[in-house]
Amino acid sequence: MSKLPILTIDGAPQAIALSERVHWIGALDPNLRNFDIILKTANGTSYNAYVVRGSEGVAVIDTVKEAYAGDFFARLESVARYDEIKVIVLNHLEPDHTGALPELMRRAPQAQLYISQKAQSMLKALLKQDEFDFTPVMTGDKVSLGDRTLEFLHTPYLHWPDTQCTYLPEEKTLFSGDVFGCHFCDVRLFNDEVGDFRFSFEYYYAHIMRPFKEYVNRALTLIEPLALDKILPAHGPLLRDQPQKYVQRYRELSSSALQSEISVGEKTLLIFYISSYGNTRRMAEAVYEGAMAVEHVRVSLYDLEGSEISPFVDLIEGADGILFGTPTINGDAVKPVWDLLSSLAVVNLKSKLGGVFGSYGWTGEGVKMVEDRLRGLKLRVPIPGIRIKLIPTDEEIQLCRDFGHEMALDLMGLRQAKVIDMADLA
Amino acid sequence: MAKASITFEDINVTVTAPAGTRLIEISEKVGSGIVYGCREGECGTCITKVTEGWNNLTEPSVLEDKVLRENMAGKHNRLACQAQVLGGTISVKPV
Repeated sequence: MSKLPILTIDGAPQAIALSERVHWIGALDPNLRNFDIILKTANGTSYNAYVVRGSEGVAVIDTVKEAYAGDFFARLESVARYDEIKVIVLNHLEPDHTGALPELMRRAPQAQLYISQKAQSMLKALLKQDEFDFTPVMTGDKVSLGDRTLEFLHTPYLHWPDTQCTYLPEEKTLFSGDVFGCHFCDVRLFNDEVGDFRFSFEYYYAHIMRPFKEYVNRALTLIEPLALDKILPAHGPLLRDQPQKYVQRYRELSSSALQSEISVGEKTLLIFYISSYGNTRRMAEAVYEGAMAVEHVRVSLYDLEGSEISPFVDLIEGADGILFGTPTINGDAVKPVWDLLSSLAVVNLKSKLGGVFGSYGWTGEGVKMVEDRLRGLKLRVPIPGIRIKLIPTDEEIQLCRDFGHEMALDLMGLRQAKVIDMADLA
Repeated sequence: MAKASITFEDINVTVTAPAGTRLIEISEKVGSGIVYGCREGECGTCITKVTEGWNNLTEPSVLEDKVLRENMAGKHNRLACQAQVLGGTISVKPV
């Protein structure tokens, strides 16, 4: 049986030594079952914070959720005095890491606060006071603790605009904030001691980091060259055993799974539809036909009734354009369409092409509603959607073909620019 | 009346509109992807990148500047609900 770290002595929380100079002073939250609405946490989570001792002062890296401030301060006090604290670093300003910050600043008023450039406005909103001192830092900035140094890495959008990592070169240790973290609570703390947390690691990436793959890849180019003995994230197991494996896994997760069969210069267009009487389906097939006539556009047609949502989310992530066919029923687009559209927050959709079409019986609001949703998701919707009352005529089917064709041309940058006078717009 | 020519790059449409028209009014009518919330210069939802013709728009007010800063807007960004077209050519796209 593995040796348990001594988290408390006579009920008093204790810091856990990670090296002679680095201690864990975080808190465990085993009863949490849901984090930030979007994540399930089957066995809770941890809020990891750390102390680094240099020959000329102490640094505290991150804090904990406010409700756990008691554990945090007790652990901090077990290894340092408040008047020794020279530096406070916040790698990320979300409340689960900054809950104890105001009180820490009150107890250690001499400490200098280091945050990322992008964290400045958030800090003001968080502390609700205008006058306080802090130093914004970027990649390459350093702060000395005498024989220990903290170096900052600007890693924005992993997973907030403000996120950064802090590297301690003398110990080859990366304090990574939420990066490489997961919601997994285990008193054994270390990745080579805790239970199986692989699912939690992947699940956390899929929900928290995946929308920002591009930024993850940029951050990895800063992290991969570092010598790493330990990665100490802000949630979940402390990665002291083969930390590089987790860096490598992030790289894999941020790259495409299967080799794409799409050649350079080709674009992909996905058409999703659902149909009750076959009318929207006929429209979808005509849109598909029209789009296929454009060279170098790889078009795919899917019936939303034929699949779970998750594979479609994966497809959409890799596609250049997405078209939706939805009937209008009782004044709204139908639920399977909304279900897919409400599952896309985990992928980056910005600037993809979007469009909508559909058949309706009375009013046909669904098309416009979905168009607005696509714009809200930052897709561009270059061509107004097509609504057809009940059964499409041959002329209307031709309109659908033209719609698909124009969308495909737009995707390839071949569509004629349009010039309109405002007075002619309805 | 002076007219301006505004190109919405995301949908490749150019609109000729009278001076004084707010970007959001035009964008909404042609279906550009500039989304909006309050339409009163407070929420920052309609932040838009101006890629050409910055000086062909009215100058941002102190309040607009404040909202742009608070929303960490980049250079050459405006609130589409506040910026009015003055004349000449302007190109914009959603951020």
